Amino acid sequence: MNNSVAFRTILYKEIRRFTRIWPQTLLPPAITTALYFLIFGKLIGERIGAVHGVSYMDYIVPGVILMSVISHSYSNVVSSFYSTKFQHHIEELLVSPVPNWVILSGYVCGGIARGVMVGAVVAAISMLFTQVTVLNWPITLTVLILTSTLFALAGFINAVFADSFDDISIIPNFVLTPLSYLGGVFYSLAMLPPIWQIIAQGNPILYMINAFRFGLIGVTDVDIALAFQMTAGFILFLSGLSLFLLHKGIGIKN
Amino acid sequence: MGNSVKIRRFRRCPRISHLFLVKGIINHPMKALSIQNLKKTYNNGFQALKGVDLEVDSGDFFALLGPNGAGKSTIIGIISSLVTKSSGSVTVFGHDLDKASGQAKCCIGLVPQEVNFNQFETVKNVVLIQAGYYGIPRKQAMAQAEHCLKQMDLWDKRDTVSRRLSGGMKRRLMIARAMVHQPRLLILDEPTAGVDIEIRRSMWQMMQEVNQQGTTIILTTHYLEEAESLCRNIAIINDGQIIEKSAMNSLLNRIHIDHFVLDIAQPLAVAPVIEGFGIELVDSHWLHVAVPKSQGLNRLFEELSRLGISVMSLKNKSNRLEQLFIDLVQ
Ligand SMILES: Nc1ncnc2c1ncn2[C@@H]1O[C@H](COP(=O)(O)OP(=O)(O)OP(=O)(O)O)[C@@H](O)[C@H]1O
Ligand SMILES: [Mg+2]
Repeated sequence: MNNSVAFRTILYKEIRRFTRIWPQTLLPPAITTALYFLIFGKLIGERIGAVHGVSYMDYIVPGVILMSVISHSYSNVVSSFYSTKFQHHIEELLVSPVPNWVILSGYVCGGIARGVMVGAVVAAISMLFTQVTVLNWPITLTVLILTSTLFALAGFINAVFADSFDDISIIPNFVLTPLSYLGGVFYSLAMLPPIWQIIAQGNPILYMINAFRFGLIGVTDVDIALAFQMTAGFILFLSGLSLFLLHKGIGIKN
Repeated sequence: MGNSVKIRRFRRCPRISHLFLVKGIINHPMKALSIQNLKKTYNNGFQALKGVDLEVDSGDFFALLGPNGAGKSTIIGIISSLVTKSSGSVTVFGHDLDKASGQAKCCIGLVPQEVNFNQFETVKNVVLIQAGYYGIPRKQAMAQAEHCLKQMDLWDKRDTVSRRLSGGMKRRLMIARAMVHQPRLLILDEPTAGVDIEIRRSMWQMMQEVNQQGTTIILTTHYLEEAESLCRNIAIINDGQIIEKSAMNSLLNRIHIDHFVLDIAQPLAVAPVIEGFGIELVDSHWLHVAVPKSQGLNRLFEELSRLGISVMSLKNKSNRLEQLFIDLVQ
């Protein structure tokens, strides 16, 4: 069994899917980003002044990019894998000898591809408004890949359990979006009252956004090593869970 | 049909050692499929299979028949890894589905009962993607896909989005997809449902060709004349249990009485009485005759002409297998 052929088949299929429907997948983040910069950056940001020694506009760039990466890597896998289930063409995968880990890698890499591509689009829009350059490429890219991997995996698990189209929008709307907004995209921890500073540290997305911000502009509220460990830990846990679910056929076999 | 395309025979299932193969043929011919005490209870508590045993020889053309809800698709689902079994074992060409699922899957091509391809992909991509899942490299996959689509008369539609195909074309697309990795066992779950008569005939011909080239075929259908004319062996399942397993010939030989309907020239008021035949008047121009195998038709016609009754035409009252089927299932 040639696993690399099977893997590439899944990955290309995934990439073709989101590029074919680019007005739904790549255009909206571009528009949203432009609006963020106009409203938060230009209109409000000028009244806020500098944060940690950088302009407010520059300060929000990393969070705005990573927020899109998170939501798109997640939604790519959740909607693609759920519709694969819903339309029953998951059966094409189940009858064929593709190992579960190849199925998982194919879909997750599809999610990473979408996350990275959207991240690039958002970064390009940011360049129109700010002069942010990348301070540390290795950290920036590692955080980008790890974060999109983590949320692609989470999207996969969501799709496995989903029984209706409602089920695939609950987590993004009621968990991911709030946690992203509260994850320090638009503010530094130091701007919060002390009690909220402590509560906010229970939010994993805070760590990823700060690690990404550290890679881009060298500013962070949290310990970078902790951020990496935490992300890696989540990835390991979610991969294990996904493989277990696939192995048991939960949500995909009768 | 599409024979001009030269393709390399493609096998990913490891070859069985020669010695074993020779020995196997002498002692016990290789089974394409062997199912033991297969049970399935669905999550809602419904027991769809109550201990099924089934064996299909390599090279066979096998019919799995049964009324709606009997459990045919459940068996097929388990064989092709779409449904998890509750207990029992399934072996495909000697590969146990639990222990060597990869090798077993390589041997199977499935045409499911319901359309299950991605309706937004083009016809060619549906087949190519499936080939990719079987690990067939791109170039070879292209050649195979072309061959299968031509065989299914779909090559002209290769760039059509599959959602836009007619019902019969969708079914043929699923057959092309199932054959792209050249499986040794092709399982077709009601492939001819909703297919027009011309296409159905060409599908019959295609299935026979494929079978003659050495592929084992398992077919479910509700058209019993289809099973009668195509299949050599047959199993009938009812209510999750196999109630009949035999060669088609010996099953048909068990029918002792044939039923015919005769169209007669002059109207009759009462049915004629002829010793050895059961004759009923359907209406003034139609007779229903039960003909025991021991009697034959010659004597019937002799007697009828002696009575001055001329027969315009005759037809079978129903398909022979159909009658047997109804007797067995009820
Ligand atoms: N997912 C499921 N959950 C619960 N019961 C099911 C499920 N799928 C099938 N069944 C039940 O199992 C029984 C067998 O179904 P199956 O689809 O195997 O029948 P079949 O012989 O293929 O019938 P048909 O000729 O109509 O296709 C039926 O009573 C059906 O209602
Ligand atoms: Mg069925």
